[in-house]
Order: sequence, then structure tokens, then C-alpha cells
Amino acid sequence: MTAETASSGADLELDGVSKRFPGFTALQELNLTIPAGSFFALLGPSGCGKTTTLRIVAGLESPSDGRVLIGEQDVTRMPPHKRPVNTVFQSYALFPHMTILENVAFGLKRRGAKDANARAHEALRMVELDHVSARRPAQLSGGQQQRVALARAVVNRPALLLLDEPLGALDLKLRRQMQVELKDIQTEVGITFLHVTHDQEEAMTMADTIAVMNKGRIEQLGAPAELYELPRTAFVANFLGQSNLFTGPVLSSKGDAIVVDVAGRRVAVPTNRAQRHAGEVTIGVRPEKLVLHTEDPGSTAGVNVLGPGRVHDVAFSGVSTQYLVGIPGLGSVTVFAQNMVSGPVVADGAEVWVTWNVEHGFGLADEPAPEPRFDPDDDTQAIAIAQRRRIEAELEDA
Amino acid sequence: MRGGRVRLGSIGLGVYAALAFVLLLTPIVYTIVFSFNDTVKSNIVWRGFTLENWTSVCVVENGAVCAAFASSLLVGAVATVGATILGTAIAIALVRYKFRFRSAATLLIFLPMATPEVVMGAGLAAQFLAAGIQKGLGTIILAHVLFCISFVVVTVRARVASLDPAMEEAGRDLYASPAQVWWRITFPLLLPGIIAAALLSFALSFDDYIITNFNAGPAETFPLYVYTAAARGMPAEANVIASAVFILAIILVVASQLARAAREKRLAQN
Amino acid sequence: MAFGAFGASPGAVEVDVTPARKSPVALLLLLPGFAYLALFFVVPFVSLVITSFQAPDPLGFGAPGEYVTAFRWENYTEAIVQFWPQIVRSFLYALAATAIALAIGYPLAYFIGVKLRRFKMLQALLLVMVIAPFFISFLLRTFAWKQILADNGPVVAVLQSLTILPDDARITGTPFAVIFGLAYNFIPFMTLPIYTSLERLDLRYVEAGGDLYASPVSTFFRVTLPLSMPGVISGTLLTFIPASGDYINASADFLGSAETSMVGNVIESWFLDLQAYPTAASLSIILMAVILLLVGLYVRRAGTKDLV
Repeated sequence: MTAETASSGADLELDGVSKRFPGFTALQELNLTIPAGSFFALLGPSGCGKTTTLRIVAGLESPSDGRVLIGEQDVTRMPPHKRPVNTVFQSYALFPHMTILENVAFGLKRRGAKDANARAHEALRMVELDHVSARRPAQLSGGQQQRVALARAVVNRPALLLLDEPLGALDLKLRRQMQVELKDIQTEVGITFLHVTHDQEEAMTMADTIAVMNKGRIEQLGAPAELYELPRTAFVANFLGQSNLFTGPVLSSKGDAIVVDVAGRRVAVPTNRAQRHAGEVTIGVRPEKLVLHTEDPGSTAGVNVLGPGRVHDVAFSGVSTQYLVGIPGLGSVTVFAQNMVSGPVVADGAEVWVTWNVEHGFGLADEPAPEPRFDPDDDTQAIAIAQRRRIEAELEDA
Repeated sequence: MRGGRVRLGSIGLGVYAALAFVLLLTPIVYTIVFSFNDTVKSNIVWRGFTLENWTSVCVVENGAVCAAFASSLLVGAVATVGATILGTAIAIALVRYKFRFRSAATLLIFLPMATPEVVMGAGLAAQFLAAGIQKGLGTIILAHVLFCISFVVVTVRARVASLDPAMEEAGRDLYASPAQVWWRITFPLLLPGIIAAALLSFALSFDDYIITNFNAGPAETFPLYVYTAAARGMPAEANVIASAVFILAIILVVASQLARAAREKRLAQN
Repeated sequence: MAFGAFGASPGAVEVDVTPARKSPVALLLLLPGFAYLALFFVVPFVSLVITSFQAPDPLGFGAPGEYVTAFRWENYTEAIVQFWPQIVRSFLYALAATAIALAIGYPLAYFIGVKLRRFKMLQALLLVMVIAPFFISFLLRTFAWKQILADNGPVVAVLQSLTILPDDARITGTPFAVIFGLAYNFIPFMTLPIYTSLERLDLRYVEAGGDLYASPVSTFFRVTLPLSMPGVISGTLLTFIPASGDYINASADFLGSAETSMVGNVIESWFLDLQAYPTAASLSIILMAVILLLVGLYVRRAGTKDLV
């Protein structure tokens, strides 16, 4: 692979970038630095501002405030055709009136490269589509079009490659395949990738660093494992995978763990994994970290116990089984148990306790919502289940 | 999907449609047939089959028919170019850009289509009169551009609206300057719509009588010739020209349809 | 969707584009076209209004074509008093012609757009046949009908032999001929927008109707017809408006006679032959006003967004 002259991967820096539209603010004071050569993901629900950020970096929109710097160069006022950035569009945007080869060679020709066609063929070989170079985009499948769109962008050796939900239109199997391929190409070519997606699994699989965005600002930034195991806000905890969140007052914060009162039980969270150490806090633990016990496990050092509760839902999903356990005072707790043996380990309606290692818990930075004064007893599901139990009991007596 | 069963209602509908087509095509058949009529003066009664009308169409009446036909072609060509350029620009602006007074602008484009030709013709004629402009081919062309613009806007606008803006964004992303984006991406993709608009415009201009009549002065286009000729029984030469145009138009349309079908089949194969 | 339905190709998928950019380019693109429209449409229209108020030149000794600017409202009242038969006739004929065109055009559009949906080549061919009349000069089409419907022509002969028509009756020169001519000329204008609507009709709606116990007739009136209404309205506007101003069909040279003259005939002869500009102009304005009223009602209902 011939190395290109200019920057093969450069830093991207967003400095105080904000974007206001009439009626709402899309981005609020975004500050971000992406190191050269890394695979960076912008993750968030629709409307969080991730696509707007991408378009600002590409130059298709101008920020209301702030600067965009690519490799130290301030490109904020630069039009898109002058920036060393290329985009893979969500709809691929392949030019229907040109052949695949002409599509891929387009950017090179605009910049006056003499060997544009040769390099286009090379890029197509990289995505294993050189044999269709004479066809039109309409004659290719979705997956093939996606690879051509990628080749068309990468062939220009930009400092920064932007990907706008490029895998959204592909079916599951193809998406998995493309995730691996994209990662491979990135490591091979060394370009900085900025990938925008709402699929948290995709972001975690592919990215070196993830920024979770919500309502125009970055909630948390870090490596996938860090974000997953140590979320800092309820939004991140619930957007990346699932979490069980509990609220309660801090009883003590001496030593290397804080102790929180959760429905009468004392639950410990390591101090270095808790953002707040006093007052009402929200703590959480991932469902796959919980273990179900059909007998009271008693108290062990380094282990948190909650219960007893009743299993009210069992859902088998191939790799694991999801249990919903109703614990009085806490509502439903979700437990993922990997199916080490065939069939569920615990039956619906069984009385269970849940435990987890203290070091798996985390404490959030959010101010918890004020506790309702009265126990919420208007949960229709709980009412229905209680009603059914009552009827069952009556039938049994009869 | 319904099965292919032919119900009574479908048969009835088919018969109705067939009758409608007979109705639609009757005058066409009449006109073509009577272009072969061995006429003496007026072309009202069938006297016999002859090819003479076709061979000597530009000779009779000092070539008046062909001169009128040539004028129509000229007017049509110039008016089409003018209306297509002006109309395409408006269509692009309407779809792609934000500007004030959008409602008023839309209304202004729409009104010429809703105005009866009598009113437009009279208005323009009054205007030329007041401005002291001599009526002739020039005024005809000006009038034709006017009523064609709206149709061009409508036709091209549909095409622009179906163009994914991501195409142009991709062009800019791939280092094409705004001018290059236009020539290499936007224009080629709009071309089918622009051509359709141009053809529509030419057809409207070629066949126009009312507005032309008000603004022609001494000039004569083919429809003007036909109207005055109708009073004396429509010489067969008029039928000849009309039939020739018809056959040419049909060939063009059918050919383009076949070409499109062939292209689609080729795409589907791969 | 009004006039756009006529121009849009069926199957063109409209991408939802919010007009994003505010740019000086917009002005550059719009200016030439709108300047042209302003100069050759708005100004003449204003000129027409002014002309409609003009009075004969008191110093011109009644020379034809000599008028001075005045504010003579009487032009309008005189025009209405003198020509109200033509005005009313124009709209009645146009209405009748529109109804006939609808009666012919809707089933035709339904047949091609719904029944033949699986046969794309046949659809294309039949559409060409619907548009085919356009390729023959409109004057020649009308002249052809004049000959076909003439007293010594085949149609009259057949109808007389079937005693539908009394022996001394004629077709040409009567309102029936004029209305027929008008309807015929506008069948394509009516059929194409309806076809566009029906071609896009998702047949699953019709199936849902049947699934919900509606008979085919009921399904048509409650499902198909309402869904195709945009096309019907387009076609109706595209037919009625030009038809009311037409004067070729009604002229004595073609299908009409002195008794069938429409507003257009009067405007034409008074403008070009008599040079009675104020009267012709005021009649034009009256015609235009009624049409604008109808368009205004439509715009009130559907807004200007889909007009073009």
C-alpha cells in the first residue's frame, strides 16, 4: 500500500462547537479531541446531535460558535471541497450516472491526480470489487454499494474519514461482516475514523474510543470497556447495554467503599467506582454480573445480597436467559444468566436471592429523582400479577 | 395480490376503455387518411388515394404551408431554449433553497397555467400595442416563452425533488467545486427531466393557436395557417404536415420507451 | 399536487428535502425567470386591467382603436349586460365538458393504472395512445370532428337511421358538438393526473376494504375514489379552466355557430376585429376573476405548497 503524501491520519479537535437552529439547539459547547489514527465512535439516540457534528466536521454545515481543527489547521471556514476529509454517507450517495470506477476515481480526478484510474482499481481490489468496476451502482447489492462507498472515500487518503451510520441498511450477518472489514481497513491504512451510529453494539465492537452523546452534549467519553463497566450517568448506563439502578442514602463512606441503604439492605460500592459519596445516590450493577440463588446465601465479605424476591418472568434468548425478579421495595431486577446448561436454572415464581461482587457495582453522578412519598402501587403489571395470584390461591382453596 | 381471474367488471371496463381509445384515435386516423385524398380544392369529400399531396407539399401555394411549418419550428426551438433555461433555474431554486415570499412566488408560477389563453393573448397584445412594439415572429416567441416557463418549472421541479441531496454533498465532499458539482453531478442527473420539460415546451409552442393569433401580426405559424385554411376546406397539405409530425412524434416516443425497457432489462440481468 | 401531478413521472420517488440553504444563489436562479414573468405576465395583466377601464377618445371622432385612460366602470356593467349569455354559456359548456371528460377519463385511467399494473409495456403503450391526440395539431383534430359529425357524414347518417336523431337535425353547430369537442380535447388532461394518482394507489388498501366486508362498489367509493381525489382535482382544474376560455370549438368555422358563442369568441372578435379593446379587456378580466375565485377556493383548501 503506497503511503500518501499528506497527513495519513490527523488529530481532530472540536473547540467549543455549538450549533443552533431556529427553535432548538443541536449542539451545546462541544469539546472533543480525537487522536490521529484511532477509530472513534459518536454514539447516541436519534436527535442527539451526532450527525450534526459529523456534518460540521465535513463542512456541510457551519457551526454557530467554535472552531474545528484538523491536524492543527483551523478549517472552520473552509468549504468541504477544500478539507482533507471524506465521508461515507448513510445512503451511500453513489453517483447513479457513473460507473463504479468513475465513482471511485471521482475525488482523485477533481484533485488532478494523474493515475486516478489505477489507484481507483487498487482501492476496489482492497474491497474485493474490482471485477464490477464497469457496472453502475444500480446493478450492485446493498453490501456491495457500501463497500464501493468506502473505497470511494478511502482512495483519497484523507486525514479523517467520516462514516454516517454506514451499516444501517444492511442485514445482521452482513453488518457483522462489514464491522470486521471496516476495522481491518482502518488498522491497515491508518486513517483516523470518525464513526457515527446509534447501535451501541457496533460502537463497542469497532471503536477504540466512544463518545456517548445526548441532547447536544457529550455525556461520557472513553474506551468501550470503561464506558460499559463504569458508566457515569443514568443515560449512559441505560443506553449502553442494560443496568439495574437503585437509589438510596449513603450510610457510610469510610474506607475504600461507600455503603448505601437499598430497600433495607446494606449495599457496598467501591469508592473509586462511585462518583458521589454522600447524600442520596444512584448506584447500579449490570445484569450479567448478578447471580441467582434459590436459598438465602447469607452474608459474605465482598459480596452484595438483595432479596428475597420472586422470579416473575423467564425469557430464553439462546445464549442467555433473562430473569425478571421482583424484590419488594425495589421493583424488578434484571438478571442475565449465561446458559451453561440446557434449560432455565430457576423456574417462574421461585423465591430467589441475587448477589454480586462489590467491585462490579458503580455509582452514578446524577442527582436521583426525589423519592415518591408513597409506594407506587399503580404499576399495572404488578396489579395484574397480584390479581392472578389471588385468583390462583382462591382456585386452590376451592 | 389478486389472482388473474378476469371478472365481469374487468371485461366491462376493458370494453369501455377500448371504446375510449377508438374515440381518441378517430380524428387522428381521419387526418392521416385524408392526407392521401385526391383533392381538387377542399378536402372534405373523399375522392381517391394519391401520394401527390405528400410529394408536392412544399410546392403548392408558393410553399406557404412549409414556410408556416418552418416558422413554427423556429419559434418552437427558440422558445423552448428560453423557457427551459429560465424554468429550470426556478425549479432548482424552489426545491433546494430557502427564500422569502415562497407562497407568492409559487402563485406567480402557477397563474400562467391557470389563465385562459384568451386572456393571456389579449393582455400581451394590448401590452405590445401600448409599448409600440411591432407584432411578428419576435412577439410570438416572447409570448411562447411566457406560457412555457410554468410547465417547465412543474416538470423539472418533480425531477429535482427526487434527487437525493446527498449526491451533491458527496460531490463537495470529494473535492468538487460548486461549478464542478453542477456540471458533473446535478446537471446530468436532472437531464431526463430537463429534456422532458423541453419536449413538452416544444409541443405546447408548436401547437399553440390562440395566444399566437393575438400576437402574430403578419407572421404565420403552422396553426395560424391551418385556421385560415379551415375556412376554405382544409387543403390536404395541412394534413400532410400534421400527419408527418404525428408519425415522427410517435416514433420518437415509442423508440424512447423501447430504449428504456432495454436498458432496464440489461440492468436487471446483472 | 395540482398541476404537478400532470408533469411528475409516475414512480418518481420524492425524497423529503427540507429547503436547507439560504443563499444568494437562490436569488440569482430566480431573478431571470421571475423578471420575465413580471414583465410579460404581470405587466400585461395590469395593462389589461387599465385597458378595461378605458373610454373612447372624445377627441378621436370615434376612430376605432382610439382610447384614453379613464375609470369607466360602465365597461364592466355593459359587458355583463350585453354578454351574460356568453359568460354563462362558457361556464356551463366547460362544466359539461369536464363532466364528460371525467366520465371517460376516470375509467380509462383506472383501467390502465390499476387493472394493467402487471403489464408495464402495455401500460406504456396505452399511455402513448392517450397522449397521441396531442401530437396532431389541435385545430386539425377539431376540424376532423367537424367533418365526421357533419350533416352528410357517417355519424349523422347512423343516428338518423336509428331514429335517435330527427331527420332535419344536425350535430355540428349545436351545443352538443361544442361540448363534445371541448370534452374530447381535454380527455388527456383529465386522464393523466388521475392515472398518476391511481398508479400509485397501494392495492392493499382495496384488499383491506374487501377484508372489512365492503362490496367492490362500496370499496371504490369509500377507498379508491377518495385516495385518487388529488388526481381528480388536478384533472378537473386542468380541464375546466382552459375549457371555459376556449373559442376554437365554439367558433363557426369548427364545431359551433353563432348561437354557441362563448366568452372567448367575443373577446377574440372584439379585440382583433373590432378593436373594441376596453370591452374585450373587461370580459377577459371577468373571465379571469371567476377562474381565480375557483383557484382561490382550491388554494384555501390545499395551500400553495403543492400547486407547482
